[in-house]
Amino acid sequence: AMEGGPSARIREGDCAVLKRDEVFKAVSVLRRRKIIFEKQWFYLDNAIGHIYGTTFEVTSGGNLQPKQEVEETTTETKEAGTDNRNIVDDGKSQKLTHDDIKALKDKGIKGQEIVQQLIENSTTFRDKTEFAQDKYIKKKKKKYEAVITIVKPSTRILSTMYYAREPGKINHLRYDTLAQMLTLGNIHAGNKMIVMETCAGLVLGAVMERMGGYGSIIQMYPGGGPVRAATSCFGFPKPFFDSLHEFPLSKVQSLLSGTFTTETLPAESEENALVEEESNGMTEEKQTSLQETEEEPTTEAALEINPTEEQDAMDINAEDVEFKENKEKENKENVREKQMKQWERRKKLLEAAALLREKNADGLIVASKFHPTPLLLSLLEFVAPSRPFVVYCQYKEPLLECYTKLRERGGVINLKLSETWLRNYQVLPDRSHPKLTMSGGGGYLLSGITVVLDKGKSDSGNSEALKMEEPSSKRCKLQDLPC
Amino acid sequence: MSFVEYGDTIKDGDTAIVFLGHESMFPVKVQHGTVTQTKYGVIRHSTDLIGKKYGSKVTCSKGGWVFILHPTPELWTMNLPHRTQILYSTDISIITMMLELKPGSIVCESGTGSGSLSHALIRTVAPTGHLYTVEFHQQRAEKAREEFREHGVEHLVTVTNQDVCKNGFGVSNIADAVFLDIPSPWEAIGHAKSALKAEGGRICSFSPCIEQVQRTCLAMEEYGFTEINTLEILLRVYNVRTIGLQIPDLGKAAEDNSSTGFDSSSPSHQGSPCANLQQGTVQFKSGVPLREVVGHTGYLTFATKS
Repeated sequence: AMEGGPSARIREGDCAVLKRDEVFKAVSVLRRRKIIFEKQWFYLDNAIGHIYGTTFEVTSGGNLQPKQEVEETTTETKEAGTDNRNIVDDGKSQKLTHDDIKALKDKGIKGQEIVQQLIENSTTFRDKTEFAQDKYIKKKKKKYEAVITIVKPSTRILSTMYYAREPGKINHLRYDTLAQMLTLGNIHAGNKMIVMETCAGLVLGAVMERMGGYGSIIQMYPGGGPVRAATSCFGFPKPFFDSLHEFPLSKVQSLLSGTFTTETLPAESEENALVEEESNGMTEEKQTSLQETEEEPTTEAALEINPTEEQDAMDINAEDVEFKENKEKENKENVREKQMKQWERRKKLLEAAALLREKNADGLIVASKFHPTPLLLSLLEFVAPSRPFVVYCQYKEPLLECYTKLRERGGVINLKLSETWLRNYQVLPDRSHPKLTMSGGGGYLLSGITVVLDKGKSDSGNSEALKMEEPSSKRCKLQDLPC
Repeated sequence: MSFVEYGDTIKDGDTAIVFLGHESMFPVKVQHGTVTQTKYGVIRHSTDLIGKKYGSKVTCSKGGWVFILHPTPELWTMNLPHRTQILYSTDISIITMMLELKPGSIVCESGTGSGSLSHALIRTVAPTGHLYTVEFHQQRAEKAREEFREHGVEHLVTVTNQDVCKNGFGVSNIADAVFLDIPSPWEAIGHAKSALKAEGGRICSFSPCIEQVQRTCLAMEEYGFTEINTLEILLRVYNVRTIGLQIPDLGKAAEDNSSTGFDSSSPSHQGSPCANLQQGTVQFKSGVPLREVVGHTGYLTFATKS
């Protein structure tokens, strides 16, 4: 769909992201649902219908109200000091007590006014330098002027949020590293992508966003099914999911060796129900595993009526009989529905297998908690030649091994092991400098391009490997040995 | 082939990338009857390229071989002819994500320069988006138009030869994002704002000097932009090498012949480092940083139109 049209409005059922300064939180927009965010309680009802990007204030009733544009009182040359040599921090410079402030809040006094009161009741304020006054006002505003912006989810917003709030869920994949993956992988509309991730579906969502619903994606998953908690936050239109397939990792070997069938699927516990649950205000899909039975069940034979109903010989009257008949019908329908679902699943699985068997994927993205080497060595088989692949790992060492194994395998060029270093800045007149805290590490990437694999020619494999390395004259002769 | 759609086989008129080995490659325009010289010999387009699968190995006349790769904006960035200093994929990646670009996006860019970022933007917004790129240098604007044509993407881009600070981008109220890489971006903030859609558009300005950044941030604030944020991103590459370190000779503790010190059988040395006492070295795999790396490209400032 062409962008640049009317801005999106907040609708009930959306996944929206609350933002206050640098803090984000994803929530489901539901009426009469109490939300906690940044020490405030409120309902989202009043936000529905507003444009994304609108900033709200929380009223005393817990409702949202769009923030009025306030005329910044032009700062006439205020009284200020030159340095802090005489300012003593004895904790007594603020004359308002906790109770005083609470009383102001309870009276419904707006944050702006509270900040003004604090300034007027601070004995040291006029001695502070202008910069220090600025900083003081900013700090008080942050605490007492609680404004919340509701923003539309995107890769930028969600990847920043996850990295700040739940980095463990995404294997500490920092958002700039994710940005590199999307570009190095040449993710664009029309691709046939293979994605293997255990990052709550964030990486999948990012790939889907860059593909815009065009092309297809096969998501490889461990265990019973893929986790797509983050993916649902993006708010993609339903057609995007028509070209999203999934395939179990546990069937990859059989697919590669040509022995894959759906008949040998292991029986698992219950039907895969996508249940939405809120935890920390984030919608999570609860994973219950797939149920598969070995043979095609016949309808009537598989019917199981609760034995206690049968054995209950007490008071069988007309109503009971009717009730039982309805129950039987219901059970039959349930079973038929279950079978339909199973058949659907099996059909989808065969579709995914067929897509993989073509071995012509346009790229591979791996970002998981698993050791990357076995994943790469097997999944690269499904990728066409002259296509990029990118593997993310929280740690460097497994990628060293991966690199070595890929060199041995051949069929890959332009291998690069890298990480990105990211630094944020404060930019203010006469006060510009890098910010005080920085992320220590955002993970590592191994990227490369596939080429036609020359199988069975061990000689050319060696010369290929040698050609791919730097010329030996560039290497330090004392210490290095060839890989 | 095109820069926005993968093709399987090399065709006449394609731009392909010839890969010779470690970080050695160059672009080539595939044409019937032409030959290309490489250090491994000659490549005859008609017989060696046209009809072959991308990713194939091609043996050249002197016996050496190369790989022929499908073009991508990333490969193009590494191999394009420079008319100006260009942006590399590290910066391009974060710009793309922070501007929230995707298929269908409308983007404005100035200056076009050598078209490095332009190709990446076109790839991302295809097939339904559009790039409006402004370049004040006439020959560079023309060269860019020519390249977009050759690369099969001219329908996705409009090159305008004018000064963005004076005349803007040539569009108004439709862009999802604006990118500025010019000497005085603060002079173009107003034009950027009018090119952007009414609400929620994103802007990015790239400047090598902090003074430029300061002026630009001030201008953004004055024009009512929010979420103003400045960052820088640097790439760190590691070479994968097996390293051997020598074991020092610390002599013997006593007159007897028992070996001392570093002993492969002692528990702390089991596992990964493979001790090789014969040669007196311990081997291990390492990701070795490069000797010289890029220390700075520019500061990236992002903001949202409110």
